[in-house]
Amino acid sequence: MATVSVCQYQPSGFSFENCKRNALLEADCAKFGFNAPAARKTGTTICGIVFKDGVVLGADTRATEGMVVADKNCSKIHYISPNIYCCGAGTAADTEMTTQIISSNLELHSLTTSRLPRVATANRMLKQMLFRYQGYIGAALVLGGVDCTGPHLYSIYPHGSTDKLPYVTMGSGSLAAMAVFEDRFKPDMEEEEAKSLVRDAIAAGIFNDLGSGSNIDLCVITKGKVDYLRPHDVANNKGVRTGSYRYKRGTTGVLTKTVIPLNMEVVEESIHTMDTS
Amino acid sequence: MSEELLAEPGWLSEEVKTGTTIIAVTFDGGVVLGSDSRVSAGESVVNRVMNKLSPLHDKIYCALSGSAADAQTIAEIVNYQLDVHSIEVEDDPLVCSAATLVKNISYKYKEELSAHLIVAGWDRKEGGQVYATLSGLLTKQPFAIGGSGSFYINGFVDAEFRKNMTKKETQEFVVNALALAMGRDGSSGGVAYVVTIDKDGTEEKCILGNELPKFFDQ
Repeated sequence: MATVSVCQYQPSGFSFENCKRNALLEADCAKFGFNAPAARKTGTTICGIVFKDGVVLGADTRATEGMVVADKNCSKIHYISPNIYCCGAGTAADTEMTTQIISSNLELHSLTTSRLPRVATANRMLKQMLFRYQGYIGAALVLGGVDCTGPHLYSIYPHGSTDKLPYVTMGSGSLAAMAVFEDRFKPDMEEEEAKSLVRDAIAAGIFNDLGSGSNIDLCVITKGKVDYLRPHDVANNKGVRTGSYRYKRGTTGVLTKTVIPLNMEVVEESIHTMDTS
Repeated sequence: MSEELLAEPGWLSEEVKTGTTIIAVTFDGGVVLGSDSRVSAGESVVNRVMNKLSPLHDKIYCALSGSAADAQTIAEIVNYQLDVHSIEVEDDPLVCSAATLVKNISYKYKEELSAHLIVAGWDRKEGGQVYATLSGLLTKQPFAIGGSGSFYINGFVDAEFRKNMTKKETQEFVVNALALAMGRDGSSGGVAYVVTIDKDGTEEKCILGNELPKFFDQ
């Protein structure tokens, strides 16, 4: 008795078959009051500027899951190569993985060419990957670094378009940060002035956007040196409690005290060795 | 059980578009391309100084409009393909070849892409040419306009264009058209980029907002 099995055509790329099922399940669950878990986004303020000797990248440190803060001190400035760093906004997992993949590929590329990688190379790799996924990878990035051709700054959007500019902001707090940049940016600033400007721009995002908060991280990249300042500025200190609710020993009087020892005997003892070679 | 609509993630719908005005005009001896510089995502402007005139080769440029990611990617792919092609033929490529490469991508991925590129340049065989490649068609025209701002200047360009203008007259014509469109279209603005290509070379110019010609602007 032979069964005829037809070879199923396997389409390449993403399969969206479960989306309808998920939507129906969600609607059913909502009747009982259960909500589907939300993807963790870094509703964020990230920005970067080019100054005289290099670039300064800045980011806040809040990661949100819906309306709840999931991580009060997450790191949004990711390492790409010794001279290139990347801030990420959007879905936290997407930015983390994307930057790690490109960092790994760039290291191999750098070993093949025996040269320090260029920012334009990282930009090309990121935009080609994001375009290939047609915006389904929710990663909005600010890429900055210093290479043999000088300091460069790029902003990269989830659909794969990029802009090369002297100052960029991304994330939900980008409008607040951009307002600060448009007011005070000047070309060829000194390092301290640039750091202060980025710090103020991120602070504007933190205080005026609900999705951004906590501390300010900075990353200053110059030729041959990277200063990863985490945290650069603790903008939001956790409040100090003015009173203590602890009661001193003896506040409650002891009336009686009874001690009952529990006698236990060892029934069985066995040792399992772990292979840690 | 009713049909449920698939819920779209928020950032997916906020695609970065170059709501734009682009124009390319032939003159006696070459072409002039012009564009505005505004890139928007939803209602905010993400880049107010983007140069939408992208080089495909030394004497061939294309003007980008529509989805920023799609347009940038097409331009970069065609730039690469033209490089290979020009090495193979051991000569500068024809504008027609560049336009055909753009058309091939636009037509094949018609349903997936939403970008419109105008290809213009100068070659030794036919001189200055302008090709429109909207939705995958390929047509050679004396001039072409594109983008959301182009709807406002259709009448103007139809009335004011003359064949065989001088280089200076054509540049003025392009700048006037851009200024009028940028004045009326919310998705166009910023500065105006003008590129002039003729047998002597390529000249890129940027005209700042306050230097643009004014028309009845109270």
